[in-house]
Amino acid sequence: MSTLIPIGPFHPVLEEPEYISLYVDGETVEDADIDLGRIHRGIELLAQEKTYDQDTFLVERICGICSASHSWAACLAMEDIVDVVIPDRARYLRTIVHELERLHSHMLWVGLAGHILGYWTVFMWGWKYREPVLDCLEAITGNRNNYAWYCPGGVRRDVADEIWPGVLKAMDEFAVQTDMLLHAILDDPVILGRLKGVGILTTEDAIAYGTLGPTARGSGVPIDVRRDEPYGAYSEVDWDVMVQDGCDCLAVAAVRLLEMLESVKIIKQCIEKLPAGPIATEVREIPRGEGIGHIEAPRGETFHFIRSNGTNMPERHKMRAPTFNNIPSFRPRVKGESISDAVLIFAVIDPCYSCTERLAVLGPDGRPYMKGKDLIALSHAKTEELRKNS
Amino acid sequence: MASTLSMILYFLIFPGLLFTAAVGLLTTWVDRKVSARVQWRVGPPWYQPFADILKLMGKEIVIPEGAKRTGFLLAPLAGLAAVGVVSMILWLTNMRGTGFVGDLIGVIYLLTIPSLGMIIGASASSNPLASVGASREMKLVLAYELPFVIAIFTAVTKISPMSLRLDSIIQYQDANGVLLGSASCIIAFIVCLLCMQAKLTYPPFDIPEAETELMDGTHMEYSGPALAVVKTTQAMMLFTLPVFFITIFWGGLKLTGWGLLYTIVKYVIIVTIAVLIKNTNPRVRIDQAVRFFCGPVTVLAIIGMILAVAGF
Repeated sequence: MSTLIPIGPFHPVLEEPEYISLYVDGETVEDADIDLGRIHRGIELLAQEKTYDQDTFLVERICGICSASHSWAACLAMEDIVDVVIPDRARYLRTIVHELERLHSHMLWVGLAGHILGYWTVFMWGWKYREPVLDCLEAITGNRNNYAWYCPGGVRRDVADEIWPGVLKAMDEFAVQTDMLLHAILDDPVILGRLKGVGILTTEDAIAYGTLGPTARGSGVPIDVRRDEPYGAYSEVDWDVMVQDGCDCLAVAAVRLLEMLESVKIIKQCIEKLPAGPIATEVREIPRGEGIGHIEAPRGETFHFIRSNGTNMPERHKMRAPTFNNIPSFRPRVKGESISDAVLIFAVIDPCYSCTERLAVLGPDGRPYMKGKDLIALSHAKTEELRKNS
Repeated sequence: MASTLSMILYFLIFPGLLFTAAVGLLTTWVDRKVSARVQWRVGPPWYQPFADILKLMGKEIVIPEGAKRTGFLLAPLAGLAAVGVVSMILWLTNMRGTGFVGDLIGVIYLLTIPSLGMIIGASASSNPLASVGASREMKLVLAYELPFVIAIFTAVTKISPMSLRLDSIIQYQDANGVLLGSASCIIAFIVCLLCMQAKLTYPPFDIPEAETELMDGTHMEYSGPALAVVKTTQAMMLFTLPVFFITIFWGGLKLTGWGLLYTIVKYVIIVTIAVLIKNTNPRVRIDQAVRFFCGPVTVLAIIGMILAVAGF
């Protein structure tokens, strides 16, 4: 007999309102169900009603953590339509901010993992180590979050050379602290007992479910947009894609911790190589056409598609955050595990619900009533409508 | 009649409920402050636990629909009363010369009541998460009670003549030095400290409460004064268990002269160990905890017992 254990919509482990039903027998999870759709904000529609310049600010608000990723991906999509050459300095500056964002996002996850395991010390220490990274971002862009840094053609502001020594020093300290955390976590038998062999996502499942980013790399799938389709300055600096074959929660944690050290390497090289010159090419107008931009956000590949009809507003702006792909992998992971591990397994993808939310049509019983084929039909009708109008 | 009245006063004021609650709550402040400093936070002022309890006292008790009202509300009170009695027994035995004979079996039995109370209360609340917490608490109690009892009985074996009376244990230690000086009792003491962590539901054994999994599990449906009772019981356990261990293994409490300072130091050492274990460990899974107590800890306790029988 299975009992339903509800997680959410409001639960200490969820930062955002979502509902997960766990069907359990005693302590063992037999099945799980995830209901999205509680914080849909309609940003795609909003983006179609704003100018391209305003859109770069709007898409930053999709996610408070990966705000640079979204605005960079949107800029790449716009630049794809215009076919503009980005100045070298702008490419490097974009890369530095993007990697700093990865650092603070991964460190935030380490803290949250500690929180979920009831390990308050790791939570507090992780978040304390994250602070200097935010200070660096503030020094470079003027903001701790939502940087307003990317614009079509380059970056918005230039950076004075005096701040780089401070950033380099902070990076050196951060690398030492990350290394300490890495060993504290990977050498602690109790943490290993909680993470090792828990929440297995086989390599085949990881590919079949289309997982992205650290989730896929923790299951031995070597994908990384930064290496596979280099953008920014990634092809000009020396770094490695971190892949672990463990397929469990420990592997994903290790991927994130090791990636932080790689990010520090990238940032330091970018600062050393930072060329002088202009910071942006002016983009006067965006002609009719379609463009895509996809980059490796901290949680995986962020994808932006923009269709322009020659006006100053996009006709269609479609975005897909990595959590959208990663959430379904929760189900194969959680089956057969205990309730204690279920929340950890859910958090291992570092879910970001509001970035992922899609429109959900609910029936009178509060459950989504549109099935897959209804949604496909709806999508076809929408495409047809767009084609007719353009 | 006078003796009955004094017993009631003993139970209600000193060294029973009121005194234990006050010192216990003050100890939770030490716990919170030390934890905060370990975690680079500032931590609350000393009166924060009292303010919390006072605030809860003024709140409404919400009884969930479908809950068994009597069991839900009486279970925490049983726990509170049990810890009060334990504290009274321990203190009266320790205040040498009162002629009070503490019974060890009774103390061990009463120390289980708060856990049982939480199991009953949580099961009566008809909340699925609380009932999962209750089942976890039950497994945990079954796992740690055996090594705990073996460890306590190591001390009984150690003294001569063997006795289940607390005052005999104290008198033996007064005459022959503390039991903690022997190898067998050091092992038993370590086992007791590990069991204390589970009895207090402190990390790594905060499994029945597990905030991020069960949203406080067994405590989930309690609110207002009922929650205050639950929290006070926990605070009193944090005071009573170290006192119990000091009595059994570490020469008992001495309340005059330098002995008082020495007693406080012993108490602070035990509490500090608990707080440090709490802050340097993540929560384990219930199966891991059960395996830990039934395996290594029980073996350790048995080794201690064998050593005690062998005279070490």
